[in-house]
Amino acid sequence: MTDRLDLLYSETEDDLRAAVRALLADRAGHTVLLDRIETDAPYVPGLWKSLATDIGAAGLLVPEKLGGQGASHREAAVVLEELGRAVTPVPYLTSAVAATETLLALAAESAPAAGLLAAVADGGTVAVLAVPLSTAPDADPPHGPAVPAVADAPAADVLLAPRADGLYAVPAEEAAIEPQTPLDLTRPLARVTTEPGTGTRLAGPEAARAAVRRGLLAGAGLLASEQLGLAERCLEDTVRYTRERHQFNRPVGSFQALKHRMAQVWLDVVGARAAARAAADALAQGAPDAPLTVAVAQAYCSRVAVRAAEECVQLHGGIGMTWEHPAHLALKRAKADQLAFGPAGRHQDTVAALADLPAPR
Amino acid sequence: MTGPHPTAPGADELRALTRAFLDAHPPATTDRTDFLRARFDAGLAWVHYPAGLGGLDAPRALQAVVDAELAAAGAPDNDPRRIGIGLGMAAPTLLAYGSDEVKRRFLKPLWAGEEVWCQLFSEPGAGSDLAALGTRAVRDGDHWVVDGQKVWTSSAHLARWAILIARTDPDAPKHRGITYFVCDMTDPGVEVRPLRQITGEAEFNEVFLTGVRIPDAHRLGEAGDGWRVAQTTLMNERVSIGGARVPREGGMIGKLAATWRERPELRTHELHRRLLDLWVDAEVARLTGERLRQQLVAGQPGPEGSAMKLGFARLNQAISGLEVELLGDEGLLYGEWAMTRPELVDFTGRDAGYRYLRSKGNSIEGGTSEVLLNIVAERVLGLPSEPRNDKDVPWKDLAR
Repeated sequence: MTDRLDLLYSETEDDLRAAVRALLADRAGHTVLLDRIETDAPYVPGLWKSLATDIGAAGLLVPEKLGGQGASHREAAVVLEELGRAVTPVPYLTSAVAATETLLALAAESAPAAGLLAAVADGGTVAVLAVPLSTAPDADPPHGPAVPAVADAPAADVLLAPRADGLYAVPAEEAAIEPQTPLDLTRPLARVTTEPGTGTRLAGPEAARAAVRRGLLAGAGLLASEQLGLAERCLEDTVRYTRERHQFNRPVGSFQALKHRMAQVWLDVVGARAAARAAADALAQGAPDAPLTVAVAQAYCSRVAVRAAEECVQLHGGIGMTWEHPAHLALKRAKADQLAFGPAGRHQDTVAALADLPAPR
Repeated sequence: MTGPHPTAPGADELRALTRAFLDAHPPATTDRTDFLRARFDAGLAWVHYPAGLGGLDAPRALQAVVDAELAAAGAPDNDPRRIGIGLGMAAPTLLAYGSDEVKRRFLKPLWAGEEVWCQLFSEPGAGSDLAALGTRAVRDGDHWVVDGQKVWTSSAHLARWAILIARTDPDAPKHRGITYFVCDMTDPGVEVRPLRQITGEAEFNEVFLTGVRIPDAHRLGEAGDGWRVAQTTLMNERVSIGGARVPREGGMIGKLAATWRERPELRTHELHRRLLDLWVDAEVARLTGERLRQQLVAGQPGPEGSAMKLGFARLNQAISGLEVELLGDEGLLYGEWAMTRPELVDFTGRDAGYRYLRSKGNSIEGGTSEVLLNIVAERVLGLPSEPRNDKDVPWKDLAR
């Protein structure tokens, strides 16, 4: 229950954060990203191996006996805070969280799922759920052969495809993956088609539905940490810029009209941190009310990230509207994240159902 | 305050001391005031205070050990809500700046609730800009003579003593000409009048000071150093906020959610969306408070405390406003306009209309939300302050 949630960061988590932050600063600064996002290969070469395998971030959710690091959602959430801060294109949320959590639900019953889980946990294999990025945890994903807006499909080695008769693991070379032009250039999307008969069946329909739901719930819950990191970074950049930028013979950050807006964003970030930590810890504990805590975190943090990114663009003035300044990377990620794993309204509906606040008849 | 005394008792020792104290003063058969006085003398009142002044020089966190033992034994407490200003603001300032004689005279009856304290800070012309205050204190031999007007004083009509800041040097810039005093509320020059507020009741007072005589022995800190002394008071006001765990739906949102569940005929889609928005915000505010509490327990206080009051004010206003709308025809009614004088204020008490009106004060009292946003922007985010033209000007030359 939320009364027992640990909302702080441990020393181990602080160390992991420092390692990820240093890696991203070294290899995936915004000029690197700007050079790559319009090419066919937006992912920075070698970065996934460094993060997933060398640091070991891909296996945080997976117990050691299943080939992982035996950590939890709390540590994965810290990795996502850093990935959100740097708006990094890596298939972490999709492969190391949503697909991994789905496979974890099946590993005890399915040898192929356990085998794939171990391969995904060491970072050598990238697996993504073949569902639209906007699929909410309590939604029924589409079962047709062609699925639009599958996040990180261009990076995937294996697609996890829900079909009417269960969940299938389909090798990427047996699927048709047509890249789409995404609003958020740092999270590539593709239309994925897996024909019936391809792939290995991991579970029947009922187990598949529960496993995918669990994967999407973890994705939604930890997305809140990505949104937290992004919002915090936007605020820091905005504060730094408005302290330095002078107009009317003063730093523009000394004007109360701007200061109050930044202070409001700070209040939102403080709330987002509590909400995101609560979601991560509830998932880590397997708390019975984790679905409610996740819905609260999503309903709140998606709004905070968009607001922080929009304020970042506005308070930067003209420079914030240029392609060369990274503010637009954060804005596009924040806006796309608002839809990822279900829009805020959908999470509010979940709150209404779980907190007994029914809609009018 | 400094750290624990080298010979300070630990948790086990405090538990044993408390049990021995309870054996010697059984709560069931001991008069309440006698019990509280004895508890003070035993150093179990506030264990982090010095020995002889109600404490044992122990770490502040260990008070919980004592309180748990006392609560388990059904011991009476000092009704801290009734004497909050004394405990939270006057006492730490008396401890930090009072002479030995002052500390010995005032702290015990303050803690035991035998003498209520109030705070004479705000003035009609000095609200957000408190340092501009104009109440004058003029030296007269061994005394100071005070003339002026204070406002928004809770408990003034119940108080025996007040902490007071007054202007002693009008020629100095405003922050440097203020002195801090203990004021006797029974002085014939003190007149307390109820201040009726928009809810109809009068929680607060106006206090008129005319030729009030204060012995120099009741000055706290040096003459002209009152602003710095007042920072101790105000800092402790903030420390005393935050404490207990709050359950989900623990505040005003619980009232609104209960009405929503009990009255399906009132529901509309538009109200439903706003309810869910506020429910989520209230839950996040609760988690924020819980996170702050965990930080304090872990000895990592952060600046997040400033967020709490801002969020609390906005939420209470929005929630109570929605509640009035939800109630429809009943929202047009108001419980009672009679001018009562409540001793304790319960923000979630009474009806929705009362909550709506009372919560308007939440973004004004204890620092307006606008000033708090400035504080967040400047002290937390490090943004530059607005250019100021009042810092080095003598107080008497400032625009009023």
